[in-house]
Order: sequence, then structure tokens, then C-alpha cells
Amino acid sequence: MTDFRVEGRGRVNRAKPVSFTFDGETYRGFEGDTVASALLANGVHLMGRSFKYHRPRGVVTAGSDEPNALVGTTRGKGRFEPNTRATIQEIYPGLTTESQNKWPSLKFDLGAINDRLYMLFSAGFYYKTFMWPRSFWDSVYEPLIRKAAGLGKAPTEVDPDHYASRYLHCDVLVIGSGPSGIAAALTAGRAGSKVVLVDETAEMGGTLLSEPSVSIDGRPAWDWLAGAMAELDAMPNVRRMTRTTATGYYHQNMIGMVQKLTDHMGDVPEGAPRERMWRVRAKEVVLAQGAIERPMVFDGNDCPGVMLAGAAQTFLNRFGVLVGKQPVVLTSHDSAWYSAFDMADAGAKVVAIVDTRESVPQALQNDARARGIPIHLGHTATATKGRLRVAALRINPVHNGKVGAEKMLSCDAVLVCGGWTPSLHLFSHTKGSLDWDAEAKAYLPGHKTEDVHIAGAGRGLWGIAAALEDGTKAGADAVRSLGGSAGAATFEVADDRTGSGITQKELPTDRSPGKAKAFVDFQNDVTAKDIRLAVREGMKSIEHVKRYTTNGMATDQGKLSNMNGLTIAADALGKEAPQVGLTTFRPPYTPTTFGAFAGYHKGAHFEVTRKTPIDDWAEENGAEYEPVALWRRAWYFPQAGEDMHKAVARECKATRESVGIFDASTLGKIEVSGPDATEFMNRMYTNPWTKLGVGRARYGLLLGEDGFIRDDGVIGRMRDDLFHVTTTTGGAARVLNMMEDYLQTEWPDLRVWLTSTTEEWATIALNGPNARKLLQPFVEGADISADAMPHMSVVECTVAGFPSRLFRISFTGELGFEINVPARHGRVLWEKLWDAGQQYDICPYGTETMHVLRAEKGFIIVGQDTDGTVTPEDAGIGWAIGKKKIDFVGKRSLDRPDIVAKGRKQLVGLLTDDPKTVLTEGAQIVADPNQPKPMKMIGHVTSSYWSEVLGRSIAMALVEGGFDRMDDRLHIPTETGGTVTAKVTGTQFYDPAGERLKVE
Amino acid sequence: MLLIQCPYCDDALPELEFAYAGEAHIDRPQDPSALSDEEWRDFLFIRSNVKGVHAERWRHINGCGRFFNALRDTVSDRFVTSYKAGEPRPDTSGKEPAQ
Repeated sequence: MTDFRVEGRGRVNRAKPVSFTFDGETYRGFEGDTVASALLANGVHLMGRSFKYHRPRGVVTAGSDEPNALVGTTRGKGRFEPNTRATIQEIYPGLTTESQNKWPSLKFDLGAINDRLYMLFSAGFYYKTFMWPRSFWDSVYEPLIRKAAGLGKAPTEVDPDHYASRYLHCDVLVIGSGPSGIAAALTAGRAGSKVVLVDETAEMGGTLLSEPSVSIDGRPAWDWLAGAMAELDAMPNVRRMTRTTATGYYHQNMIGMVQKLTDHMGDVPEGAPRERMWRVRAKEVVLAQGAIERPMVFDGNDCPGVMLAGAAQTFLNRFGVLVGKQPVVLTSHDSAWYSAFDMADAGAKVVAIVDTRESVPQALQNDARARGIPIHLGHTATATKGRLRVAALRINPVHNGKVGAEKMLSCDAVLVCGGWTPSLHLFSHTKGSLDWDAEAKAYLPGHKTEDVHIAGAGRGLWGIAAALEDGTKAGADAVRSLGGSAGAATFEVADDRTGSGITQKELPTDRSPGKAKAFVDFQNDVTAKDIRLAVREGMKSIEHVKRYTTNGMATDQGKLSNMNGLTIAADALGKEAPQVGLTTFRPPYTPTTFGAFAGYHKGAHFEVTRKTPIDDWAEENGAEYEPVALWRRAWYFPQAGEDMHKAVARECKATRESVGIFDASTLGKIEVSGPDATEFMNRMYTNPWTKLGVGRARYGLLLGEDGFIRDDGVIGRMRDDLFHVTTTTGGAARVLNMMEDYLQTEWPDLRVWLTSTTEEWATIALNGPNARKLLQPFVEGADISADAMPHMSVVECTVAGFPSRLFRISFTGELGFEINVPARHGRVLWEKLWDAGQQYDICPYGTETMHVLRAEKGFIIVGQDTDGTVTPEDAGIGWAIGKKKIDFVGKRSLDRPDIVAKGRKQLVGLLTDDPKTVLTEGAQIVADPNQPKPMKMIGHVTSSYWSEVLGRSIAMALVEGGFDRMDDRLHIPTETGGTVTAKVTGTQFYDPAGERLKVE
Repeated sequence: MLLIQCPYCDDALPELEFAYAGEAHIDRPQDPSALSDEEWRDFLFIRSNVKGVHAERWRHINGCGRFFNALRDTVSDRFVTSYKAGEPRPDTSGKEPAQ
């Protein structure tokens, strides 16, 4: 294996060799290497296969804009990650990596057949190839697309890592630690501002790390850099963060940043989070993200060994790696000339510098000649030779638009530069305008919407001196915006490498452009021809071209491809670039793990689980649970061998025959108090409250102003000025919000106070003919006999010595009590009642039995039997409306034309002809099952259960004109193709006269 | 994430603490029964849906719990100002944010 490491170059730690594997083979690099630099040092360019055509691909960049060198990394069990950029992943001992999109091997891939089937995969192929026949959609095309789609393999195991999350506040956030970022941070830091400086890579310095020959203030660039870092670190008001990517720029200078904490470590400290999401609120932001180099678009430009000239310079100067020993440089910008010089000075034999421009600064040409580098000005590149690694570049002179005779240049690398694109992704997130600069042929920051400053190459400036000067100015501007004072620093820069260049479309060729595979977007395999085809087929806006060709839609969001794509599309349309527009960049700036976004919110912490004081008892006694809003509620209590059906039948029977005990603590509870409490209740609820005596309770119905049912619950009057309001379990917060809204904004004159007491009380419901017998011995301070305590009443007393609000109410149709005690006593009281209840064969029941028992009585569940379009009349509970009340919330709407119109859906009962058939909740209802499809649906089943006490099924349904259809037969088509017939009835299936409440 | 000024807490706090509550300055009629069907319909459903500065209600629901009003530019998603419930809409002509 050849070693491409250059002695005396780079910043990797030669004292610390590191071994890692790529596709099963072991390679050596040094501490400080990325996977890409270490593989290049071993002469490996081929790092992956492309997405669509499975073409062999090598590394193109040295940074986060890398489109090709995406690898899978394994950091132990469950810690596989696909699509890691080899240019970002640092190596450590034991790191395991693998290439992607290849089968059976990276060097021989059968999927590359797609490359020969180009016609099938050209622009818009999704829309054209997979149209017909219809029967192929599910059986052929979708499996094919699913198999072919996607980059890399998705991990299959649960991610065992954890991810942290923090907030950070600062005066000045500087994003990017190249010369402009450092100058901004120094200036703001020296002025005393609280500064945060971040960089996505492991080391700060940006361009300075790739340009060691420049000198600043009389010191070599790297010495100056070390000094600057030391000065920043010595300031207590400055924080430096490496391996931290600013992924999104949100409103009011909120920046999301993801810090990689352990991905570079072989030995991860126990319990260390993998990444940390920072939510930064910065008073001022300085964007110093530099510029991104553009590839050149020509046939075969994706061959491994073809890479950006700036990347080659970075691999050489930062990592000490020569990417080729015989490189050709192909450029339209001065910057690549310097890359050629550095390569030559490091021992490479630079085959030639090929520049598409006819005129290049004489100084550069002199420097090239001094190094013996042949120069070809005014040339184009028309092909590459080599499949797994570039072997030659085909170039041709261009005169007056005519492409001349070819010349082959043998080489082992082609270093390209098609100009530089200011990196303005984050600025674009702020909806700041990007204005076309005709001179720079680039979009530059225009109108700003945030307190942000853009410095350096991001503004199209070039060279270290300009970057430093612009950076310190941005830092000073930021300080002044904060009301501080700061002067811009001055820097003496020598041996600066300034330059300029041109932007161009795909390079001219003497061959058929239709046969050229000139790639614009490497990651999505989009060629120049695809973009021209899209324009020919009618795509006029760049947004259309983008979606039709998928140019710029890969995980790199077109960092390399957008400007080349735009230039070609504009040329095809015969327009200037700004007339064609620019696609919008969106967060995140680089691919970000789901873990970083999820942070602590996973597993049990994903969402709050509310538990009642009696929850533990239910768990100890084998309850199955169901979620109700954020609560988990005991659903049923199966005994050995019972399924839900059997358990519920037993619980229902036991409750109706003797006594059942139920945890109703989740019911929402709101205390409405104050001198105007009665008036407030009158205005909020449909029912009249003025004449409700102290110690009595009433079913309360709450409407929205639109007249539809919002919530319900039993409300007890504790005192003249105090109501104990209960709401549905899921509705408590909503009802309190609604009450607060009216109280604060419509009736601020009312002297009323609202207090949420849901969690203050444990609520235990006893239902069944033996409920009173069980309860009576525990009650002190109240007479709960039938005469003294009628149905729908409430009393304050003690139960088992605990202070209690004791209601006599029933949601089952049986004699019932609901005992409210302070939450801390809930479980003790439950167990006392449980023990004493053994003599009555007391049975605990869950929410399913509660639902069955209430349905047998026709009591509605808001949100199940109503859906936000149901009025009290529709639900058959018009009796709950205080007819003499002048006003209440929703009253006026009950006279709206649509509300009083015929044919509204009304809540009725359904009894199936076959009593054993239990309808499916949600099933649609038709009047005539023989009508042609699509049938007219006249309603749906809202509640449906097996009723043990009735020995048959029961159901409730919302049916158009339901009240006028009594005893009609309706039909319910089933999923299996059959039809169930049912008779329309009232909703009180059991004990309609209410005899069972009258237990003495 | 937006920062929203709660006029009761007198502090700019993260959007997470607040809940939107619809358009502001739509008073519930004193006597709804006196309204025609059309008037009542307008009260219930018809909203201005402005492009530009919109007067709207917010509640500092995970904070002091108070409802208040705010002017927000629906184009830039910028708050112009916020003020207490019951106060008239402030005159902000000339100091609305650029778009």
C-alpha cells in the first residue's frame, strides 16, 4: 500500500497512530485524521457508490459539504449510523466503517447496471417510467423503488445513546472560526461582550488551517492562530465550541446548534451523552461561514480522484496528505493555482494547470512556470479516463467557441475549481434576501430580518486580509449594536493569496453533449443533461427544475450543485441567473440525528404519564391500562384465563348485582368560588344554577359559543359561593382555559376565582345495590340514608376519618357514591373499602366496564358520542338547557338556521337483529344496502358493546334524522363485505325508569 | 422560537410559554338574542385574516395565566407590541417592522 503522507506537513499527531477499518480492511492514520484523510493517506479514493447509477465515487471535499464519501459507522451494538460524511468523522482506535450502495462489493457492483439504463432514470423518471400499467403500482414499481431508494441502510436497533439539550444566552454568537470569525470574536471579546464562537470541525482556524504560508502580524499563520486561540481562551467572557454545527437559524436570533460529544472517542465515558442540542438566544449573530468551492461540470467529472482543488489543499496542509502524486488542476478561479503550487512544493508532479479562462494574472503564470508546471489556458475538459480511479483527463483548446483537438493528460488526480459560492444557508433560514451580484456572479446577503452581521467570504470577499478586516468590523458592529464601544482591529497580512475567477455552465465539448455524464449533483446523480431536459419539458422556475430533476434535494441540500444547476438552467432558458431564481435553504444545515432533536424526550420521558393515587394498587392487582389524555387508567382487571371480554362481563355483572369499586380520580375538577360564582355558572353552563341548593348536585352541560357540546360533568354546590365542578378526564385543562378566557376578557367584573383541583382529590366511585351498605360504616358527620341523601346530592363529612366531599351520583344507573378525599389518602381509603367490601364480593372495575354500564343507561361520553358538531338536542339531552335563561355560552347559536333545520344527525340507539353481533365503533350506516356504490352514508356507530345484563349487544349511533327513524331498520356494511341490520331505538337500554337508583 | 412580551409579567419570554387565542377585539355581544342570524354568524366565524399587522389574543398559559393582546405582523412573524386585555389597540403607525 502506498503512503501518501507528506513529512513535515499537516496538523495530525504523528506520535499517535490510530488503526481503524473500512470495508473490513485495517488502515492506519493518525490522531486528528478524518476517515477521508486517513483513507487518502493510504491511497484510497474510492469510498462509495452513487445513489442512482451506483457509479464508483471518491471523496470530493474536505468538509461537511461532502456529497460522495458517505460511510456507515459502527460504534458498538445498536450504534450503527449510515451516511456519515467521511470528511467529518474523526478516526479513533477500533472505529469500524463501511461503504454504501454497493453489492456485492465496492469495486464490483451489480447495481451499476443502472448506469447503462440511463434512459430509465433521467429527469422526471419517477413520473414517466412508473405510470402504467396500473396493476404494476403496488406489485412492481413500489417494491422496486423502495428497494432502490435511500442512501445507506437504516439502523435496525433502538439507539442506546442518550442526547442532551441546553439553552445558552450570549451577546454575540460567531458562527464559523475562520479568519473572519476569529477576528469578530476577538474584537467583541476584547470589548467585554459575552461571546460564543462555534465551529463544526474539531479544530478552529478554518481557511487558516489550509493556508499555513500566510503570515499575520509578522507571525506564520498557525502561530498567529495559536495566539488568537490562547487570547480567546483567556477571556472569561468568551466560550469556544468545536464539533458544534449551527443547524438552524430561527426567529429572533434563536440558533439551534448540535455539538458532537463522543463520536470521535474510542473510549466513551460511561453515561456521556452522544450529542447536545444547544438552543442559543444571541443578541447579535456574526455569520462567518466562508464560501463553498464549486466543482466543474464535464463528462466523467465524478470519477474517483476528481476532487475540489481547495479540498486537496486542505488534505495536504491540514492533514499532511497528498491526494495524488500526478495531479492535473482544472480551474476557472485563481485559487486552484495556489493549490497546484502547494502540491508541487510538497513533492507532487503537477501534470498541468488547465484554466478555462484565456487570461490569468501573469504573476500566477510566472509562479507556475518557476515550478515547471505546464499551463493550458482557454481549455476545456471533455472526458476522464479510468473507472475506479481517474487515469487521464481529456482536454481541448477552445477558440471563439470552437472546441479544438483533444489532448490526453495522464494523471492520478484531477483538482477542480469552478469558483466559490458564499455559504449563506443560515442567513437564508432567516428569510433574509439574497441579492444577485452580477460582478461576483453570486448571491450575496441583501435585506436582513435579524440582528445579524455577515463577514468575509460569505459576503463574496476573498483573501485572508479581507476576511480579518471584515471580521473585526462585524465584531465591532455587533458590539456597537449592543450599545457598547469597540474599534476594529488592524492586521498586517503578508503572502496573502487573493484572486478571482468566473462562473460557468457545463464545459464545452467536441463530443455529443447528449452522451456526456457531466454531473451537477453527485449525491442525487443529476447531470447537466437532466437539467436541460427538464427545461425542454417545460420547467421554467428553478423550483420546478429542482423537483423534476431532484438537483439539490439530497442530504447536502445542493451545497455543491445549486449554483452550477442554476447557471445551466438559466443558460437553457436563455435568461440571467437572477431571473430564474434561487431555491430556498431550510434547516438543518447538515444532516442531524433524530436523537439530537429528541434530546431527553424519549422512552418514559417522551410524554408525561399521569397516574392516580390508586394507580399502584391497580398495577399490583393485575390491571390492564389504557391511555386517556395524558393519564393511564385501569382498563379492566383480568383474572386468570380471562380476556377483556370475559373480564368486563364479570365486572359488569358484579357491579349490577352487588357492588363495584372504580377509580374516578382522573375526572377533571375545578373549584368555582366567589360572590358571583352562581352568575358565572349561569353564564357558562346551559343549566340553571340559581335555585340549586347547597348540598345538591346537577349534571352540567358546557357548549361552545357555536352551540356544540364541549364538555359535561356533575357539579355540586358546596356553599352559596362555591361550586365543585367536574369535567371529563380529557377536558379539564380545556374547560379551565375556556372559563378563564370568559372570566378575564368578557366578564372581568365578576368576582370569581377558578382553581384546578383535579390532582387535589382522589375520587373513588362505589356503584351497585350494596354501595350504601358498604360505605355507611365509614361515614361520620353525615346521614347518607336514602331519605337524608337523595340521588344527586353532596355532603361534606369524613369517610374512614378522612375529610371528604361525598357525592351521591351514578354513572351506571345503580345506587352510586363518589367519595372525594385528599389525594394522599386515596389508596388507604381504597384499601379500607376493598377489605370491607369482601363481604359483598366487591369487584374493582376499569374504564371499559364503566363505558358499558353508562352505555346501557344511554349516558353519553363527550368526544365519543359527540364530535364537535353535536348540539344538546342532537344528543337527546335538551332537558339540560335552562329554558328560562336569557343567555349562556352557545345559547344564541341554538337558534341558528342550520341548528334548527331538519335532517341533523341525532343520537339514537341501535339493536342488531342478531343480538350476538356487536357492531364496530365508527362503522358507517346506510338506509338501503342495495343502492349502488358509493352509498349514501347517513351516520356512524359511536358506541358499541356487549351488554351482559341484557344478554345482547347494544350500540349508539349518530344518524341523520335519527329521532324520526324509531323502529326503522338500518344497515351497517362491515369490513368483510357483509351487512348487519339493526333497529333504531332510544338510548336507554336498561332500567329506563331509573328504579335501580331507589335502593333503601 | 419567538420571544413574546407578556404585558402582565413585563418580560419577553419564549413562545413555549404562550398559547394563541384567536383574533383580538371581537367582543361578545351584550345581548346575543338581539342579533340577526347574519350578525351572529359574523361574530362567530368571520375573521379579518390580515396580511400584515394583526391584532390577536395570546395567553401566558405556562406563566401568569393571563390573556392579553398583541400586534403581530403576519408576513414577517414579528411582534410589534403587546398590551393588556381591555386596552384599546395601540396606534403603531410609523413603527411597524419592515417586511
